[in-house]
Amino acid sequence: MSAGDTRRTEAPFGRRLATVDAAREVGSYRVMRLSDRGGPIPRPGQFYMLSAHDGWAGGSDGRPFLPRALSYMRHRPETDELEFLLEVVGPGTARLAELRAGERVWLTGPLGVGFEAPADEITPVLVGGGIGIVPLVAWHQQLRLNDRDPALLLGFRDASHAAAARLLGEAEMTITTDDGSLGDQGIVTAALARALAQQGRAAVYACGPPAMLDAVRGICARQGLDAQLALEAPMACGFGACFGCVVSTVAGYRRVCLDGPVFDAAVIADGALA
Amino acid sequence: MTVRFGGLELAHPIINASGTFDAIAAARAFGRAALYERFPFSAFVSKTVTLAHREGNSPPRLWELGEGMINSIGLPNRGLAGYLERDLPELSTLPVPLIVNVMGFAPDEFAALVEAFSARREVAAIELNVSCPNVESGLIVGADPRECSVLVGRLRTLTAKPLIVKLTPNAADVPAVAQAAEAAGADAVSLVNTLRGMALRPGCAEPWLGAKTGGVSGPAIHAIALAQVHEVAARVSIPIVGMGGVRSGRDAHRLLSAGATLVAVGTESFRDPQAGTRVRTELAALGA
Repeated sequence: MSAGDTRRTEAPFGRRLATVDAAREVGSYRVMRLSDRGGPIPRPGQFYMLSAHDGWAGGSDGRPFLPRALSYMRHRPETDELEFLLEVVGPGTARLAELRAGERVWLTGPLGVGFEAPADEITPVLVGGGIGIVPLVAWHQQLRLNDRDPALLLGFRDASHAAAARLLGEAEMTITTDDGSLGDQGIVTAALARALAQQGRAAVYACGPPAMLDAVRGICARQGLDAQLALEAPMACGFGACFGCVVSTVAGYRRVCLDGPVFDAAVIADGALA
Repeated sequence: MTVRFGGLELAHPIINASGTFDAIAAARAFGRAALYERFPFSAFVSKTVTLAHREGNSPPRLWELGEGMINSIGLPNRGLAGYLERDLPELSTLPVPLIVNVMGFAPDEFAALVEAFSARREVAAIELNVSCPNVESGLIVGADPRECSVLVGRLRTLTAKPLIVKLTPNAADVPAVAQAAEAAGADAVSLVNTLRGMALRPGCAEPWLGAKTGGVSGPAIHAIALAQVHEVAARVSIPIVGMGGVRSGRDAHRLLSAGATLVAVGTESFRDPQAGTRVRTELAALGA
């Protein structure tokens, strides 16, 4: 199950400096736009390792020390700009979220393997939970460019987080929130089950919290649908060196950074996403 | 900057610490041509190979510290047969000499590994990971001079290739173990391996790591590495590979000053895939 190179854009060897072009709030998140001059064109689902050039320490317990793995949200080939979405969950994302235009970031990537498009007659169904919408923004854009018409289902905690849905522009979508403050109250996987009942042949692309991904995996397995899951795992390096980010698969542990982060749901071992 | 080390002639003194750089994975991530053209190390040390295949420890395997990290990876590898079939052919294409790191859970396992790699001309040297218990005696080989002496003495008869003994810092008397390794025929020693450490799950008393404890690495351990290299250098005449928290040419220079012949970069490569090259360049600028 070594991932085909068609799903990977190789990274330039080493880390490079990128400059923050702009940063802005979108609901409870922060969009950071970087200028990655001369950087390669990534594939949706791939990620980068980021650390601030200055002040990468001094947070909680003196962290951060290691770079942080972030899926890219958008790439603009005409300007070599990359967009990331930040949610502050610890000292690394806190420091990245402080950066202002003109500040510099160490960047390694794109890394890992991205999504693989379904056959023409199959409808792509994109399911995102919270910050997990990030790779789906890139994937949605790519599918639309290829004249595909993906369905979108996005779940958030509340309306403030659901504000990130506007990053997908005017696309038609189903939104759920845990508290019902926007869209349907409930979890996005319940909406997925309803949507699939009305859908013809579908392939599901999902990114979000482990419990959500596990539910997506169960729903798709029961219906015999292909699903690709973009996983998240703490990692030290992002290029297969540390073996820290493994996920349990039917073939044993696999490195999320190298064999993923996008995996076919069918290869993920039972209980691995619990 | 050419360095002679245990019969090998290396282009410069910077190599990698075992288990901190996977050349096969890096070739996939960065492309083989780019990696080989700017390979950061003057020799490549493989991740530990064991006789049998190992999946490694259950996650979580990492914990971040302010100046380093704790890992409990658990030596995942294909095992000897899988390594010979799948990894060695690719690693033999590297532009630098290959040092294979091996570990056995009993002396016979070490012997089988050393004999197998001794027969392969692709392998320039063998590093012994002795930070593990001998299941027959229950003792950590690298923590006990006598265990170390018996093991290295036996392996010495099995190969003419350079044997490097990777010492654990989790020992009462590291220089005594180094001396035992030298007396038993080791060509070099490398130190330090990671220091045993632990992290607790935030907000509770449970260990965070799947294996409960792990190895501390990174700048947090640099001063300890410096002390141990310095002490060992005073007691042995074989060359030393110094490592522990090296992130700059200055750190490398310090270990060389303390008596190391080569310096290995480990955790810093996680933060900067070309850290080896940067450390070498900075070291050269220091006139070392």
